[in-house]
Amino acid sequence: MKSCLIVDDSKVVRMVARKILEGFNFDIAEAEDGQKALDHCRASMPDAVLLDWNMPVMSGIEFLRALRAMDVADQPVVVFCTTENDMKHIQDAIQAGANEYIMKPFDSEIIQSKFTQVGLI
Amino acid sequence: MNPSDFELIAGLLKQRSGLVLTPDKGYLLESRLSSVARRWDFKSFEEMVQSIRAKRDEKLLSEITEAMTTNESFFFRDTKPFDQFRDLVLPHLLTARAAKRSFRIWSAACSTGQEPYSLAMLLKEAESKLAGWRIEIIATDLSNEVLDKAKEGLYTQFEAQRGLPITLLMKYFTQAGDHWQISPELRKMITFKTFNLLESPASLGQFDVIFLRNVLIYFDPPTKGKILEGMSRQLASDGFLYLGGAETVLGVSDKFKPKQGQRGIYELSQTEGALAAAS
Repeated sequence: MKSCLIVDDSKVVRMVARKILEGFNFDIAEAEDGQKALDHCRASMPDAVLLDWNMPVMSGIEFLRALRAMDVADQPVVVFCTTENDMKHIQDAIQAGANEYIMKPFDSEIIQSKFTQVGLI
Repeated sequence: MNPSDFELIAGLLKQRSGLVLTPDKGYLLESRLSSVARRWDFKSFEEMVQSIRAKRDEKLLSEITEAMTTNESFFFRDTKPFDQFRDLVLPHLLTARAAKRSFRIWSAACSTGQEPYSLAMLLKEAESKLAGWRIEIIATDLSNEVLDKAKEGLYTQFEAQRGLPITLLMKYFTQAGDHWQISPELRKMITFKTFNLLESPASLGQFDVIFLRNVLIYFDPPTKGKILEGMSRQLASDGFLYLGGAETVLGVSDKFKPKQGQRGIYELSQTEGALAAAS
């Protein structure tokens, strides 16, 4: 079973994403900001991260840069999932090392197709 | 739904598009046609059917046919067929058509354009190997409404995310308000045409690859056989026919056989291939 860390400051979004991803057989952990997500990764690196952009304490892009700077054997696959939907944000995310990018709102089909493309499903 | 209402509409659809609706699809009919009824200011689906009984308005009937034959589509639908195109079909054509440096692809039920645009993106990605080649993509559908949308290449954020890798979105789309539009360069690669699969495809010419995915399911077996026979005459002897994941030629047509080890791809049966090669 693959593990996925869902990082979003909205409890509702985390719950919806959890439901969808559990349907694809992921073992789910949650974090409500980038700092908590980073702490989680230091303790236990997931296979995948579903990542919001705008969060208190530490944003998604700051988290991603810190994550990619970590010296670990297996970097997780990171899929952004955010209301930021302009080309500039998408480019910045990919440049910082994101593997895929989902623009909210999302549904099960979008999650499935994006996770399939990056080889998680 | 009233069975005689169902019969009337189902009969009209069969006659106009070949679409076969079994009585258990009554809900589909009602849900899809209620928006047409609203557009035409009928109070209900029943009232629309009554009006059709009284007078066969050609424009209304064609809108009904379009509403029933329009299908949801997404980029790189099912993934695998496009991997096969990149890894098997394209390398074959690069070798087999090296002398004339051209080939033709037909997307035979292209709906809102996601299938031909996915192919165009794959070809664009393989551009370095295709310098000097002339590649035609003909994309057809019964519905003018979906073809207009396909030509425009304008997709909602939802549509633009379904199946489309973000790197390809970045490369081939521009943002237009809350929509995403495919680049003029890709739109130029495709010729969109209205075409009814019940007609003979002879006028469209010869093809090297035909995509006929997720459309045969709507026809009855004799119609399926007839469509496949027509396709067999337009396909090059070493050409490729794609069907949808839930479709097969088995028991429907002996013109094609499954390509070994390549799910979803069909080739002309031995005799047909030999005949075409000898002619």
